[in-house]
Amino acid sequence: MAGYILRRLLQAIPVLLGTTFLIYFMVFAMPGDPLLALFGDKTPNPALLERLRQEYHLDQPFIVQYFLYLGGIFRGDFGTSFSGEAVSDILARTFPVTIRLAILALIIEFVGGVLIGLYSGLRKGKLFDGTALIVSLVFISLPIFVIAFVGQYVFGIQLGWARTTVSTGAPIQDLILPAFVLASISLAQLIRLTRASVIETAGLDFVRTAYGKGLSRRRIIPVHILRNSLIPVVTYAATDFGVLLVGATVTEGIFNVPGVGRTLYQAIIRGEGPTVVSFVTVMVLIYLVVNLVVDLLYGLLDPRIRYVK
Amino acid sequence: MSDSSTRSTGTTPLLEIKNLEVGFQSTNGIVPAVRGVDLTLMPGQTLAIVGESGSGKSTTAHAIINLLPGAGRITGGSIMFDGKELSSYSEKQMEDIRGREIGFVPQDPMSNLNPVWSVGFQVEETIRANGVATGRKEVRAHAIQVLKEAGLADADKRLKQFPHQFSGGMRQRVLIGIGLSSRPKLLIADEPTSALDVTVQRRILDHLETLTRDIGTAVLFITHDLGLAAERAEQLVVMYKGRIVEAGPSKEILQNPVHPYTQRLVAAAPSLASRRIQSATAQSETHSLSDLDYAPTKVTEGLDLIAAAEERVESRPVTKRPDAIVVKDLTKVYKIRGQGKGSSGELVAADKVSFAVEKGTTTALVGESGSGKSTVAKMILRLENPTSGQILIDGTDVAPLKGKPLLDLRRRMQPVFQDPYGSLDPLRNIGNTIAEPLQVHDVGDRTARRDRVLELLGQVSLPQSLITRYPNELSGGQRQRVAIARALALKPDIVVLDEAVSALDVLVQAQILQLLAELQSELELTYLFITHDLAVVRVIADNVCVMQQGRIVEAASTDAVFDNPKEQYTRELLNAIPGAGIILGV
Amino acid sequence: MSNKPLSPTHFVAPLEETPLVAIDAVNVGERKSNLWIDAWRDMRRRPMFWVSAVIILLVVVVALAPNLFTSVPPNSDCQLSNSNGAPTGEHILGFTKQGCDVFSRIVHGTSTSLSVGIIVTILTSVLGILFGAFAGFYGGWLDAVLSRAGDIFFSIPYILAAVVIMSVFSAYRNVFVISLAIGIFAWPSTARVLRAEILRVKQSDYVMAAQAVGVSNLKILMRHVLPNSIAPVIVVTTISLGAAIVAEATLSFLGVGLPNSTMSWGNDISAAQVDLRNAPQTLIYPSLALSITVLAFIMMGEVVRDALDPKARAQR
Repeated sequence: MAGYILRRLLQAIPVLLGTTFLIYFMVFAMPGDPLLALFGDKTPNPALLERLRQEYHLDQPFIVQYFLYLGGIFRGDFGTSFSGEAVSDILARTFPVTIRLAILALIIEFVGGVLIGLYSGLRKGKLFDGTALIVSLVFISLPIFVIAFVGQYVFGIQLGWARTTVSTGAPIQDLILPAFVLASISLAQLIRLTRASVIETAGLDFVRTAYGKGLSRRRIIPVHILRNSLIPVVTYAATDFGVLLVGATVTEGIFNVPGVGRTLYQAIIRGEGPTVVSFVTVMVLIYLVVNLVVDLLYGLLDPRIRYVK
Repeated sequence: MSDSSTRSTGTTPLLEIKNLEVGFQSTNGIVPAVRGVDLTLMPGQTLAIVGESGSGKSTTAHAIINLLPGAGRITGGSIMFDGKELSSYSEKQMEDIRGREIGFVPQDPMSNLNPVWSVGFQVEETIRANGVATGRKEVRAHAIQVLKEAGLADADKRLKQFPHQFSGGMRQRVLIGIGLSSRPKLLIADEPTSALDVTVQRRILDHLETLTRDIGTAVLFITHDLGLAAERAEQLVVMYKGRIVEAGPSKEILQNPVHPYTQRLVAAAPSLASRRIQSATAQSETHSLSDLDYAPTKVTEGLDLIAAAEERVESRPVTKRPDAIVVKDLTKVYKIRGQGKGSSGELVAADKVSFAVEKGTTTALVGESGSGKSTVAKMILRLENPTSGQILIDGTDVAPLKGKPLLDLRRRMQPVFQDPYGSLDPLRNIGNTIAEPLQVHDVGDRTARRDRVLELLGQVSLPQSLITRYPNELSGGQRQRVAIARALALKPDIVVLDEAVSALDVLVQAQILQLLAELQSELELTYLFITHDLAVVRVIADNVCVMQQGRIVEAASTDAVFDNPKEQYTRELLNAIPGAGIILGV
Repeated sequence: MSNKPLSPTHFVAPLEETPLVAIDAVNVGERKSNLWIDAWRDMRRRPMFWVSAVIILLVVVVALAPNLFTSVPPNSDCQLSNSNGAPTGEHILGFTKQGCDVFSRIVHGTSTSLSVGIIVTILTSVLGILFGAFAGFYGGWLDAVLSRAGDIFFSIPYILAAVVIMSVFSAYRNVFVISLAIGIFAWPSTARVLRAEILRVKQSDYVMAAQAVGVSNLKILMRHVLPNSIAPVIVVTTISLGAAIVAEATLSFLGVGLPNSTMSWGNDISAAQVDLRNAPQTLIYPSLALSITVLAFIMMGEVVRDALDPKARAQR
């Protein structure tokens, strides 16, 4: 297992370098003045431009700029936002809120997706299964902002069950509707994936052998069918985390949740290019870390990977 | 074979199946899979159901403890087991029968253990579910005992290991241990060793026999191998298309098959044919027919492996011919990529392999999995490059060949591979598949190529209408015929047959072997025949090279190897051919 | 055959009840059958196929000839007096905040969404097939380099990447740039699917047989390997067409997509969000058009998957 962890960590290094380089390249290696381009049709004041020019070391050759920027990232320095506040300070303030929302959404996604998918898969071809398949397909097709607006309209405005915007401090009860919105698309994907995985596993030889051994259905379903079905589900959930990050940006923006996503959302809406770049970098780093963690978790889930000599 | 008198044989049957009907629900109604099957098994006895794939043998066995897949239903008849009518049992009641009173050993050891749980966990859950022991310590102690009985020496250490850390044979021992863990009255063994190497198969079946005899468990044994069935069971049931065609004492059925289908099976089984040739040559020439021999009848025409072997021997050239293939010190070393800490190493797949194949003859390269036999074949075909050593085809060293000369070499030497389902491109029709070699080598124009394809279809006895059809419309045997036609398209001198008949049902296998023999004498082909099955070798090959762990351990004429094996390993392989006991018992 | 008497337990079924059939007789059906023929036969029996096919066809026709469906101009005829107005006879879905006809704007916005979907799909397919095919077929160092490159692109969620690119190229926001911004980070999933499939197909004996005949590597790839591995790519591609449409709408919604002057469903939804309370129709209808279009492509992808993948077919 130690070898497996080490190997995974080593493999993550080139990807980390590659992604940060790619982002930096996209922004600062373009012809013309990258800073002016980042402000679009707005004209920033010269003082701000000068400050940013120094912050990004734009007087240096490109490759030097990149390594100085990379060094900054390792020290936790992601630059400063438009208001002059350090991005790391904004993160410290907003991150706990986003974590709360994300955990809530992940719980909804996993518990709902796995349970509904399992039940659907075990009752293949029945009414419940058919309904779950169609409803999940519809949800997958809906853009997250449409789901957010419909949720806001139906549960916030029409039924009045939830606040349409989150109050300051972001208490849990206010986060429930945004969490459901955020979880919805991944939830639908997980239902379909779990269902397919359960049906496939249930048809495998070792399940028949488990019946042959005299085990009861009540034991076989969780221990042999569900346990094995989780392996592809977890793999999927890791790559799907990117969808969750984008979703968080939109959802936090619409529900006014004071998290990392809303900060990015507002920066995008206001066309504050440098801040957008900083926050996208942060999100990509989060994505990389989550994928790494899931990869390690995967080793726990599947002994065939753990024990590769 | 065990002496049946030592087994306790009661008067009331342990299992009595009457008029069993099993069907599979499909969109077009119920498709019958088992029709009117009757069978009786006495306590402590062993009964084997023999049949080809699709004969209903496994379905019958699974129906007993209701392990039928989702769409399968028992549609009629009765299954009396130890005084209980199992066909009317609910799923809940059946749980108490399974494992506890009827053990089950599945076919493929690779897929029948759950890969995510340790072996110990899977043994212990069985013990707990069947109430053999309770309490953590007792269950664990019992699990160790079960694995020890199954033949795992360091059972207490291996308990924590996962299935992928076990070899195939070890896994099958675990599955047998699980099947017998609660001392059931009946064990259903569904092709328990078909996926294993022959020597492992023999050891495991011997072990199973000892265990069940000691416990007094009756065994219902499912197999496709008539020789194996007769060797391991007192009673035989032959199934064909869902029905029983013949049933009775094993020895009698083998010596005196009455139903034409059974006669076909007896004539086509390589293990039996090999034994018959063996006894015919071992005994003096005047005593050429063993008790098992009988004249081929109309229904076995074109299937009799002995006839095929005779044809081959007769067509064998009398004078010594030049060598078509010469292999000298052929070595292949694979670098294994190091994963984790410093475990990178080398795998010697072929180690100084040398042999020669005379023109117009067949040499068999025999070995178990991992012996390097297929690697040698691929190097000869120039699909892999040797690490060192030499390959001469008709005296020419093939190593430096490139471009046109290599293309010319390919033209003279063609392969036929094992997997009938993977050997043809599913998206190209049969005509294009057979014509591809002609196209690549620019032989003839379109009409000439079409004529050649039609001729080839005729040579492998396939109808010409297949030319526009696709592989998935054909059976495994027919696909293998197409693969042979493709190999023959360029009129090669040498055909490399890499396990070309191993995946086929016995009757189809016999047909293809016969076809290969005919083609050889007609076209003066040289065969290099790669196989794990020594029984087939006896029928088809003139010379044999036995391979073990990348080396040739013994090489001689087929007669010499079979009559007078020099190496211990060869003897083991020979003894592992099922049916050994039958002949000796006659 | 010897005529020894049978023992009492020796049972032989009467031949009339168990007749022999020829061994391995060729039994060819009336119709030809291979993967594609079978898949087509399977698809056309499914209502879901026809529903999605009709929707996709309709979307294409609307995109190509919007004037067939509405005579109301989407932009030029807007009157602020109609702001957020309710439907009337000629304006069946009512008016936007600017007093423009909602239905007409939806009809005229169709081509934007569809163009982005198609361009992104072409881009991801070309890149994905090139990278996936070469990495999977040739293996070795080429595979290592191509796959690591794919990993890096895959590690940046493509909408976030597109947000950055669109921020940098704020002066050039048009259909091509936005398609490029989405496509350039979306191809690794296609490449991964194809690579895995090629690794599987490459092991087939028919590939080895072709090698043994002397077919060149590139020809084997083009003639045998690629045709047999392309099925899952088609599934992924169909679904990704829908996903690309969603991506464009999301970017436009965030304000880094197409400029407001370009008619697009995403822009309309974005503009309508402030009036969710009093004029939900201005938001609901473009959302509905967007969702139905995407649903049609995703449904089509599912139908194709079911038809092409025997494992998926068994799970129906």
